[in-house]
Amino acid sequence: MPLIDYIPAHTHIGFMKLRRFSFPFSAAMSVFAVVLFMTVGFNLGIDFRGGTLIEAQTSQASADVGALREHLIDIEIGDVQIQEFGSPRDVLIRLGQVGETEQAQQTIVNEVKAALGSDYTIRRVESVGPSVSSELVRQSILAMVLGAVAVLGYLWFRFEWQFAVGAIVTTVHDIFVTLMIYSLLGIDFDLTSIAAILTIMGYSLNDTVVVYDRIREMLRRYKKLPLPELLDTAVNATFSRTIIVSTTTFFATLALYFFGGEVLRGFSLAMTVGVVIGTYSTICVAAPILIHLGLRSRAAEPKEEAKAPVKPGPEDVLDVEEAAEFIEAEETVEGKSAPAPAPKSTAKSSTQGGKSSTQGGKGGGKGGSRGGKRRG
Amino acid sequence: MLHFSRIKTAAILITVALGILFALPNVLPQSVRAHLPNWLASSRVTLGLDLQGGSHILLEVDGDALRKERVEQVRDEVRRVLRDQKIGYSNLAVRDTTISLRLRDPADTDKALVELRKLAAPVSTAMFGGGNSGEMDLTVSSGAEGALSLQLTQAGLEARMRSAVDQSIEIIRRRIDQLGTVEPNIQRQGLNRILVQVPGLQDPQRLKALLGQTAKLSFRMVDQSMSPEQALEGRAPPESDVLYGQDGRPYLVEKQVRVSGEDLVDAQPGFDPQNREPIVSFRFNSNGARRFAATTQDAVGRPFAIVLDNQVISAPVIREPILGGSGQISGAFTVQQANDLAILLRAGALPAPLKVVEERTVGPSLGADSIEAGKVAAYVATGLVAVFMIAVYGLFGGFALIALAVHVTLMFALQSLLGATLTLPGIAGVVLTIGMAVDSNVVIFERIRDEAREGRAAISAIDKGFVNALGTILDANVTSLATAVILFLMGGSGPVRGFAVTYILGLLTTMFTAYTLTRLMIAWWVKWQRPAKLPI
Repeated sequence: MPLIDYIPAHTHIGFMKLRRFSFPFSAAMSVFAVVLFMTVGFNLGIDFRGGTLIEAQTSQASADVGALREHLIDIEIGDVQIQEFGSPRDVLIRLGQVGETEQAQQTIVNEVKAALGSDYTIRRVESVGPSVSSELVRQSILAMVLGAVAVLGYLWFRFEWQFAVGAIVTTVHDIFVTLMIYSLLGIDFDLTSIAAILTIMGYSLNDTVVVYDRIREMLRRYKKLPLPELLDTAVNATFSRTIIVSTTTFFATLALYFFGGEVLRGFSLAMTVGVVIGTYSTICVAAPILIHLGLRSRAAEPKEEAKAPVKPGPEDVLDVEEAAEFIEAEETVEGKSAPAPAPKSTAKSSTQGGKSSTQGGKGGGKGGSRGGKRRG
Repeated sequence: MLHFSRIKTAAILITVALGILFALPNVLPQSVRAHLPNWLASSRVTLGLDLQGGSHILLEVDGDALRKERVEQVRDEVRRVLRDQKIGYSNLAVRDTTISLRLRDPADTDKALVELRKLAAPVSTAMFGGGNSGEMDLTVSSGAEGALSLQLTQAGLEARMRSAVDQSIEIIRRRIDQLGTVEPNIQRQGLNRILVQVPGLQDPQRLKALLGQTAKLSFRMVDQSMSPEQALEGRAPPESDVLYGQDGRPYLVEKQVRVSGEDLVDAQPGFDPQNREPIVSFRFNSNGARRFAATTQDAVGRPFAIVLDNQVISAPVIREPILGGSGQISGAFTVQQANDLAILLRAGALPAPLKVVEERTVGPSLGADSIEAGKVAAYVATGLVAVFMIAVYGLFGGFALIALAVHVTLMFALQSLLGATLTLPGIAGVVLTIGMAVDSNVVIFERIRDEAREGRAAISAIDKGFVNALGTILDANVTSLATAVILFLMGGSGPVRGFAVTYILGLLTTMFTAYTLTRLMIAWWVKWQRPAKLPI
């Protein structure tokens, strides 16, 4: 028997209603992220900017960063950053790309090594020339784009396009937020970060797909259920799974952050943030966005298609009031399948919505699909 | 879904057993491994250079130097051909990869074209056994009034680059082999790059010094028609160059190479018997010996220069003709410099200069620290996940943990068998999959709970839960796999690729352990307990 049962078996949380808060929140975060990218930018590591990184450990009790800095500035090697790295005995020295040639870079590295003297042992040297770093930038961008395209393709193949678009929007959101953390905290952005981003992409999609899978299944089973309710049920049904897996993955990234060593710290921080944001977005972005992408209750569709002609025939003509309502509903609830009882934000449409829902309870799915047809 | 045929059960158990068998050598001490058969003892994870310490150096063959050398070579040949054929010309000039000249008599154009076209050679393609692509490495064309131009073709230059890379790889291998003990991995990357990975090297600086030198050795006469200082003021004779010694002293040295390093058959470090200074003694082949003898006979009393990569190592005066075909170079070396020079001379010169475009060197102590940190992180992650899973799912959580243990074992077994390299980001990948591996289990268990809630009996709920979860698990893992595979393809040769490898292996093994293995365990448990009520 489980010792604790703190994850309730039946949650009935109105996640879809939460989108009134989560959508603006996510949109604001994404915009903020983009603004950050353009103003603050990234602390690009040597992989992408070229340059050299030297990790050294002193035989003394602690490294004197100040003295080291003065010492290195004396030999005039251009752009130098020195920081403590992990323990007080370790320092990380970063040198910018010097000159156009790789040869110049090598000379500088030797000078720094000479300047460090015998008190320090060099633990690591990484040096990336300008031609390699620009290639790595190209490759990394290509990797991200290809990753997105591959996943989009797979989802499109397995699901309807709305799911594919929803998953991509969610994933892009997660990546933006993770990148925002990189930008805000000034974490070194290097090849490992690309690995982190792609892993978060995989994780976020994995999470989203589990929920989408349930939504698809429910669409087949509950043909009459209005979409927002259906989505709520699906998200609630997968809620405990989402929370449990996020928790175990969170444990893993946290263990990496605290115990995995200094070199992996940036990576694990990004992963930790990615896991949290991926979980949030699965519930609060991925599912509700389907409402706005015009996902219709597929159940109603095949029958309707068989009966209804592509162009509205005489029997399809609605009376004027009804038609007005439909148009209204379509304009305000863009792409929404059924005029469901979900309240609208503007006062005008909320009365309209309320009205249409009274008669749309039964015929909602039907009307919705007709509305969709007419648009196309 | 809960029925397993005997064969299937056996297959699953054998897979697990093989996994344990092949992962085992990773944790056995050396003393035990020594008694294992070789095929098993060698089944260990290869540690990346960032974990065991070592140097990863990406070298680029200098294409500009190669092109320049080739175009100058062709220019010299053009000169020779036209002189031999007694065809007058002027304005011989080189621009980029084009050589242009003007014939004195435009009537010679046809003859010159025929002769110069003989210089062009067909480009051999490296693929398909060295057949010819039909392209030539040089095109010759004529313009108005005796203007001729020779153009190096792209195909020809690329073929040259390919062979330069091949040659360089061979020479680099010879040089590193001379260092002894280390097992380098040297491979071509793209058209003009060479990746050199040397594990566990104590002195990466020395390695780079060995790789960075072209080591073109030449013996030339010192030009005594004027002092080097006069020449530096801009009046150097056209057949001589000002070169510098190691101490920065200028020398005026003839361009003509009397004997080159290609004619060396051996070079050994040693000590000068008179002053005990380190020297390098060398021996020429018969061709070199003959030419060296002729040169020294003509020039007794004059200094000659021993030039390495355009630097004068020493410029001794020839006291007597050297007829035996051997000699020695003394240039105020340290013992190691003498050693390295001997290595370079024995291994031969690189066809073109190499530059270091990327270097990643990790000292052995940092690598050991990283492994230690990775282990701790993995234990902590496993511990946290274990407590959590048992707290949430009780007995079934225990099943999931057994599956998790097998998953980690299989990952190491596969990695050992495939000879894949475990890097530091790879360790991160392992820890990460410890957290994610239970995902499939959780999906299944939650499904079982759902089915039970809808009123199914325990066994039926378990069965249905597995059926319903399969599609979800596949979808979720395929999307993750897609990103991981792209990471693998894009990851180049470095540590990131190591991450992709562990991540991919992890996704594959979890599908087996979390789905199939857990199902088998639960099936056994159901058979044994005949549960009326679900324990989750």
